[in-house]
Amino acid sequence: MKKLFGIALAAALGLGMASAQAEDKLKVGFIYVGPIGDHGWSYQHNQGRLAIEAAFGDKVETTYIENVSEGPDAERAIERLARDGAGLIFTTSFGFMNPTLKVAKKFPDVKFEHATGYKRADNVSTYSARFYEGRYIIGQIAAKMSKTGTAGYIGSFPIPEVVRGINSFMLGAQSVNPDFKIKVVWVNSWYDPGKEADAAKALLDQGADVISQHTDSPAPLQVAEERGAVGFGQASDMIKFAPNAQLTAIVDDWSVYYVNRVQAALDGTWKSEDIWGGLAKDMVLMAPFTNLPEDIANEAAAMTDKIRSGEFHPFTGPIFKQNGEVAVEDGIILDDGALLGMNWYVKGIDDQLPQ
Amino acid sequence: MGAFESILLTVITAATPLLLAAIGELVVERSGVLNLGVEGMMIVGAVMGFAGAQATGSPYLGAVFALLSGMGMALLFGFLTLHLVANQVATGLALTLLGLGLSGMIGEAFVGQPGIRLTGIEIPVLSDLPLVGRLLFGQDVLVYLSLALVAGVSYVLFRTRAGLIIRAVGDNHASAHALGVSVLKVRYLAVLFGGACAGLAGGYLSLVYTPQWVEGMTAGRGWIALALVVFATWRPLRVLAGAYLFGAVGILQFHAQAHGVAIPSQFMSALPYVATIAVLVIISRNRILTRVNTPACLGRPFVPDR
Repeated sequence: MKKLFGIALAAALGLGMASAQAEDKLKVGFIYVGPIGDHGWSYQHNQGRLAIEAAFGDKVETTYIENVSEGPDAERAIERLARDGAGLIFTTSFGFMNPTLKVAKKFPDVKFEHATGYKRADNVSTYSARFYEGRYIIGQIAAKMSKTGTAGYIGSFPIPEVVRGINSFMLGAQSVNPDFKIKVVWVNSWYDPGKEADAAKALLDQGADVISQHTDSPAPLQVAEERGAVGFGQASDMIKFAPNAQLTAIVDDWSVYYVNRVQAALDGTWKSEDIWGGLAKDMVLMAPFTNLPEDIANEAAAMTDKIRSGEFHPFTGPIFKQNGEVAVEDGIILDDGALLGMNWYVKGIDDQLPQ
Repeated sequence: MGAFESILLTVITAATPLLLAAIGELVVERSGVLNLGVEGMMIVGAVMGFAGAQATGSPYLGAVFALLSGMGMALLFGFLTLHLVANQVATGLALTLLGLGLSGMIGEAFVGQPGIRLTGIEIPVLSDLPLVGRLLFGQDVLVYLSLALVAGVSYVLFRTRAGLIIRAVGDNHASAHALGVSVLKVRYLAVLFGGACAGLAGGYLSLVYTPQWVEGMTAGRGWIALALVVFATWRPLRVLAGAYLFGAVGILQFHAQAHGVAIPSQFMSALPYVATIAVLVIISRNRILTRVNTPACLGRPFVPDR
C-alpha cells in the first residue's frame, strides 16, 4: 500500500517540480521515509529543509518526496530528483544507503548526503547525530525523579542506534542510582501512536514511573501526562502534548548542518565527509528542562555542557556487559566503530536483547 | 486502580476502534459489497474528528464530524461501485490511498497540536464502585455505542425483516431484485453505515486512544478490521470476540515483555494476529455453517435490467 502511495506521490511531485524550474539556482532535494506530518523523524528533516529556504531565499530551491519506502522505490525517487536538476540531494533514512550510492554513480556531478549510513563515495557524504549524548542526560534525570527506581523504555527495533540509546540512558541512571531498574518493551514499529500508548500504559502498570521512548509519536508522553507520570520528548519538543509530564526532550536539529552543507555547495567547498555530530555541533539539542526541581535542572544543564565541551563522554569505562564481562576498560572511551555496531546491553538491564 | 482493572481498561481502548470499523464492514459485506477502503475512511474520520473537535471545542461534535466524513468517503465509494459499477476491489484500494493522502493534506495544520480528549462518563455512585465501577460505568460513549452496535446489528440482521432483506441482497441479488427489493438502495445504505462506523473508529483514535493528529495514525487498523470480519465468518458476536481478543493479546504481550519474559519481541508482536486468527478459525471450523454465513454475492456488481 505504502509503496503505491509513494509512487503516486513521487509521480505527482515530479510533475509539479518539472514545471517550476529555474536555471541558475541550486536545487536541493530531500527524500523522506515517512510523512512530513509525523511530528517525528521526517518532520524534523523537513524543518531542516525549511531552514535552508529561510537562510538562502531565492538562491536555492528545495523539493522533497515523502513516504518513500526503503527499497527499489527509493532508487527511482532519488533518480527523479537528480534528473530534475537537483544539485544536492539529502536521503534521510538508513535504508536509502544503497539506492543513494547507485544513483550517485550515475550522476557524478550531483552531490549526495545520506543520513545514518556508513558507505561513502566522492560525491556521497554521510551524516548522523549522537542522540546517545542526550540519552545519558535524561537517564540521570530519570534516576533522580523516579520514586519507584524503575523507568520504562519503549523501543522500536533492536538495532544498534536504539540499543546504544538504552545503554546510554542506563549508564546515566546508574551514575545516580546503581540499583536503578529499566523495563524495556519493543513495539516493532517506529510509528504507531496506539501501540506506543499501550506500551506506555503497560510499563506504568508494572511500576515504572518515568517513561522514555525511542519511537516517534507523542502518544507515550500523553499517557504519562494522563497518569501523572513523567517522560521525555523524542525527536522534537513535545511539551504541548504533556505540559506537566515532559521533563525535557532530545531534539533532532538538522537545520544548522543542512544550512552549512548548502553553503558549502554554493561556495564550491563541498566535499565528501562523514559527520557524526552531537550536542557540540548543535545537531542534538536539549529542550528546556521543565517540571523539575531547580537543582536537578541545573545539574542536567551542567552535564549537557560537560558533554558538549567534550569534557565527558557517556561511554567512558569501566563499562560491563550483562554477563559481567568487561566491555570498556577503566578510563577508556569506546570508539565510534564499537558505538555504531553496538549489540549488547550494559550490566543491570534485565531485558534480553532480541537478536 | 488495581493492575487487573487497569489492564482491562487498556484492552477496551485497544479493541474499540477495531470493533467499530469491523461491525460496519460486516453489514456492508452482508449486503454483498466488498469495501476494502476501511483504512481510508478511518483515517479521514481520524483527521476530521480531530479538526471538528478543534473547531468547535467539543469532542462530541468531533465524533459527529468523524462519522459524517466517513459517510462522505463511503458515498464516493458507493457512487463509483454501485452507480458506475466500478470494480469494488480496485475502488476500495483507491479509497484507502485517497484517504491517506487527503487526511495528510487536511491535517497538515494540526501536526504538533494536542487534541481534545473525549473523556469517560461519570455516573455518581456507580462509577465509584470498587473494581467494576470504572470498567462498567466509566467508559466513554463510543465504547457503549460500539457494544450497542454489535447487539443492534446482530438483532437487526437475524431477527428483523430489514435484516432478512440485507442478507437476501447479499446472497442473491437477482432474486431479491425479482422480489421487488431495490438492491442498490439497500447496498447504498449498508455502505453508508459502514462508512459511518469506520469514520467513528478513526475518530476514536484521534479523540480517545491518542488525542492528537499524526499522519497515518491508523497504522493498518482498517486492514485488521477487514480481516476480523472474514475470520469471524460475518457473525457480529464473533467480531466482538475477535476484536477484544486481538486487543487483549496485544496488551498482554507488552506486559509479558515488561515483565522480562524471554520470548523474542518480534514473535510477541505477531502474537495478536496469530492468536486471533487461530481462535476464530477454530470457532468457525464448521464448513457448512461458514458457507451459509458467507454472502454469496460478495463483491459481485449488480446491474438492474441489463
